[in-house]
Amino acid sequence: MIRFEPRLAPSRVMVYGAPILAVCFTLVAGAMLFSALGYDPLNSLYLFFIQPISDSYGLTELFLKATPLTLCAVGLAVGFRGNVWNIGAEGQLTMGAIVSGAIAVTWYDSTSMFLLPIMIIAGVLGGMAWAAIPAFLKTRFHANEILTSLMLTYVATLFLGYLVNGPLRNPEGFNFPESRMFGDAALLPLLFDESRLHIGALITLFVVLLGWFIMSRTLIGFQVKVVGLTPLAANYAGFNPKKVIWMSLMLGGGLAGLAGMFEVAGPIGQLQPVISPGYGFTAIIVAFLGRLHPIGILLAGTLVALSYLGGETVQMELSLPLAVTGVFQGMLLFFLLACDVLINYRVVLGFKRKAA
Amino acid sequence: MRLELSGITKAFPACIANDHVNFNVEAGEIHALLGENGAGKSTLVKMIYGIMQPDEGEILWEGQSVTIENPGMARKLGIGMVFQHFSLFESMTVLENVALGINEKGPLKELAKRIVEVSDKYGLPLDPERYIHTLSVGERQRVEIVRCLLQDPSLIIMDEPTSVLTPQEVDKLFVTLRRLREEGRSILYISHKLDEIKALCDRATILRAGKVVGDCDPSKESARSMAQLMVGEEIKIPARNPNAKVGEDRLVVENLSMSTDDVFVADLENVSFTVKSGEIFGVAGVAGNGQNNLLSMLSGERLSPNDEAIRMDGLSVGHLGPHKRRKLGLAFVPEERLGHGTVPEMSLADNTLLSGHGVSDLVQMGFLRFSKAHNLAKKIIEAFDVRTGGSKSEAKSLSGGNLQKFIIGRELLKSPKLLIVAQPTWGVDAGAAASIHQALMNLRDEGCAILVVSQDLDELFAITDRMAVISHGRLSPARPTHDTTVEQVGLLMGGLFDQVDAWDEEAQR
Amino acid sequence: MIGFEVETIIAILLGVARGATPLVFAAIGELITEKAGVLNLGVEGMMLVGAVGGFIAVVATGSPTVGFIAAMLAGALLSALFAVLVLFLHTNQVASGLALTIFGVGVSAFFGLKYIGTPIKGLQAIDIPGLSDIPIVGPLLFGHDIMVYAAFVLVAVTAWFLNKSRWGMILRAVGESHHAAHAIGYPVVLIRFCAILFGGAMCGLAGAYISLIYTPMWAENMTAGRGWIALALVVFATWKPGRALIGAYLFGGVTILQLNVQSLGLDVSGHLMNMLPYIATILVLVLISRDETKIRLNAPACLGKPFRADG
Repeated sequence: MIRFEPRLAPSRVMVYGAPILAVCFTLVAGAMLFSALGYDPLNSLYLFFIQPISDSYGLTELFLKATPLTLCAVGLAVGFRGNVWNIGAEGQLTMGAIVSGAIAVTWYDSTSMFLLPIMIIAGVLGGMAWAAIPAFLKTRFHANEILTSLMLTYVATLFLGYLVNGPLRNPEGFNFPESRMFGDAALLPLLFDESRLHIGALITLFVVLLGWFIMSRTLIGFQVKVVGLTPLAANYAGFNPKKVIWMSLMLGGGLAGLAGMFEVAGPIGQLQPVISPGYGFTAIIVAFLGRLHPIGILLAGTLVALSYLGGETVQMELSLPLAVTGVFQGMLLFFLLACDVLINYRVVLGFKRKAA
Repeated sequence: MRLELSGITKAFPACIANDHVNFNVEAGEIHALLGENGAGKSTLVKMIYGIMQPDEGEILWEGQSVTIENPGMARKLGIGMVFQHFSLFESMTVLENVALGINEKGPLKELAKRIVEVSDKYGLPLDPERYIHTLSVGERQRVEIVRCLLQDPSLIIMDEPTSVLTPQEVDKLFVTLRRLREEGRSILYISHKLDEIKALCDRATILRAGKVVGDCDPSKESARSMAQLMVGEEIKIPARNPNAKVGEDRLVVENLSMSTDDVFVADLENVSFTVKSGEIFGVAGVAGNGQNNLLSMLSGERLSPNDEAIRMDGLSVGHLGPHKRRKLGLAFVPEERLGHGTVPEMSLADNTLLSGHGVSDLVQMGFLRFSKAHNLAKKIIEAFDVRTGGSKSEAKSLSGGNLQKFIIGRELLKSPKLLIVAQPTWGVDAGAAASIHQALMNLRDEGCAILVVSQDLDELFAITDRMAVISHGRLSPARPTHDTTVEQVGLLMGGLFDQVDAWDEEAQR
Repeated sequence: MIGFEVETIIAILLGVARGATPLVFAAIGELITEKAGVLNLGVEGMMLVGAVGGFIAVVATGSPTVGFIAAMLAGALLSALFAVLVLFLHTNQVASGLALTIFGVGVSAFFGLKYIGTPIKGLQAIDIPGLSDIPIVGPLLFGHDIMVYAAFVLVAVTAWFLNKSRWGMILRAVGESHHAAHAIGYPVVLIRFCAILFGGAMCGLAGAYISLIYTPMWAENMTAGRGWIALALVVFATWKPGRALIGAYLFGGVTILQLNVQSLGLDVSGHLMNMLPYIATILVLVLISRDETKIRLNAPACLGKPFRADG
């Protein structure tokens, strides 16, 4: 018989131990999944987790994928701390890509050095504008932001589909649903030759540090935390919950928009019907796995990026479906939520003494 | 013997709630279970009613050893319970609430008839079709009592039944309880109010820190001797400084009204009063009569529709938020310690920022100064004798009394011009209550204006200089406390505002 | 305007019922879960798992009945995972629900991959000779598949259960105040567990309706946000089964409008038309949420709050 007994104080060890434990459980469950499918579990796990990053190109790909995940998750985590459940980062990312991409396509022959900075600002503003809708509907009409931000994701994706099939379709592209390729001035500079890793990865590192500083050292971060933990105490302190809703959605939307801009001006180089394999959704997992802490999110983003690469590797080597990635990500989040119970509870084995 | 407990022990990870408790209840007696907050009374009765199971010990019912697995089984044995925080469902009808709380499953129509029968028989009028959220606190208690009586119980457990009633309602309740005793039913009456126990109970068992420390016949003991058994130490009565001087008007509230569509709270209607510097002004009243709205309007958590309805030192502040009012010298201690006055999951140091940001040097240019917050928390802990692991302890790890001392200390150290306190000693042990009362009196002597909103009449009579009563969102005229009697306050708490005029005329004579 | 053929209108109205039916099932399932005080945001994931589970069962056995039962089991199984996390490990309900959706999307895509492009025979409309031959009224009243009628029955039974039955009263009580229900002696966790399982089974059924009847095939993410729309419907319905039915048919109408827009002779991009249900959901949410008091009076008071029996 296993029981959970409340701890007197939350366990410091488990705050950091739980994510590691969750990763271990995921590995075990993954091994079981692979062997159930008739594959050698150790070899499969090797292919999934080690093989993809065994050379330098693999490593650059890892950070390339970690970039949008981390960016989105840092923004979402601020909201989650403040009890603002923006789950529409995917849509905000798409909007950032659309707005910055539209600029790149309109001035496709520009060589101006200002094009890229303008695209970055446009991407951020695009994401923000899309996140402003749920913020407005929440603060003005109390409409649930979970549902509105998610519905807007579908709208954004369809809007992108409309654009690449219509107004922004490449006139010389044989009716393929794609935009023109961006000009060189609209592409992010690469960090290494022979790789796709771009300067956005460095900007992301800077954003992570900034996010950490804001959340732990400023009154703004303190306000978000108080509003999220105890709305009544926030009232008492005189913090405005509406301001926190706006702030966290603007931050989440802006960073997701930036991530979208990085994708189209980085590895993709044009507008396509699909520009993200669900980065905006997966960022939710990354945010939780990283303990809603920017530095933790950076580590978690890298780990989850690996699940994308691993999924591609086992698809090629074992001809398993790409959906393995989603299964792994889902399992990881489940195990993490379950392991979190150990922060406030300890496991006790054996029966409880009954009354005599 | 109706009920007998022997060697009942229940331990929680943080404390031993009951330590080898022995006592018994005879047929046809009202037996008091007396003890301070946290003495283990509630845990004990939860085990008798089957909500919790004892770790050790035996429960004998009518001489037979029983294991009470759940409340349904307790009801089957003939044990009924009236809860302190009522176990009622707000958005459901009286009828549905009763049906949920009894064992038999019959058609609702018949049950409605029986509710009316029983409520008529015991003088507890009830309409089965009313929704709970439309009932007053006293009426809600009636629902619980009627629900309990429908089971024809031979033992009724009542957990602090008078804490939410006016003195007149208490008298009526006692009439009902004595009648139940005459019918041969036993009542286990849980309270910490000594005069009530003296007036009502046949025997008393006194509990302290989970152990039985005494048994007595309340009618033969003095309130003082029972109090000493209960508290275990001499109780200090707060000292008044006779030379304190009352100064100018600090807080003036004039025709403050508000109305909401919210059916769960009482509106405010033309509330007017003044608090002067150097005095403690008390607002008495049964919970749910508009105190929460009044407090949130005064603290700035809810803005007044009329800016001039609230004035501090002559300045209109009705449109200012909590932060701006704090800058003018207001300090506020809300009723809910965890989750309103503090963030439970944050450290004491972080919690100093809650009311300290913008009015102290804890935050500069938007950046937090952690070392200063820790120093402040340490200072509060030392000055107000807060028992805790230190400034890094989470607020929720403190006991009720210690957390209250911390919050009051946090607000007092800002040397406020105006302090508003809700239920300063609710659920706090006697030692902490005495030190909180003393701190408030000292602050008054330093010239602070203090408003105390409380349901505890003893407290208000002990520390206030003037008091008024709130009922259905209206506030009675204020009276000097030494010219006021408990009976007068009780009439006003019951909403008998017609008699206010009589009171006024009497006082003017 | 263009004159319509009667047949076209009938076809459109039949389509409305088919668009609405999965929403009815999912919304009623979620409604029961929420009435017990639990917010399960995993509707979309449970629907997908039900869709793929039902589809695989039909491919294997050829029996739609087995398919629907398998879908309900699959949905309930996934919801059991959520129930364990939320009820026993006290995890955050919002986060756990999101996890359930992410996991459901992954799992359904994983197991469904082999079945993409596999054809199955859709369930036919029940055909009562005589009755369904009556012009206009006949097909409209008697020309649907059996699940359309089952949805109506489900709504009626749920309304009766919640408002008239003792168990329904207990369910509402648990959602209203888990502490009071616990103090009176009701097994809060067990009741919530059952409510979550029922919700999961209904969502599974809703998913199977999509993969077996609405578009008889399997495709990744084929529920296309209907789970989220069902969640919005519960709010729109202010937790009343009858209103959930009306809401579902309104949305069914919007969905069908989008499919039939070309036959109405309008030239609008399909991508833009496809936005309609999502935009409609947002509008409906805004309309209903404007009145905060109304929501507060109707929403289960303990919705989303964790319950611990100790203390």
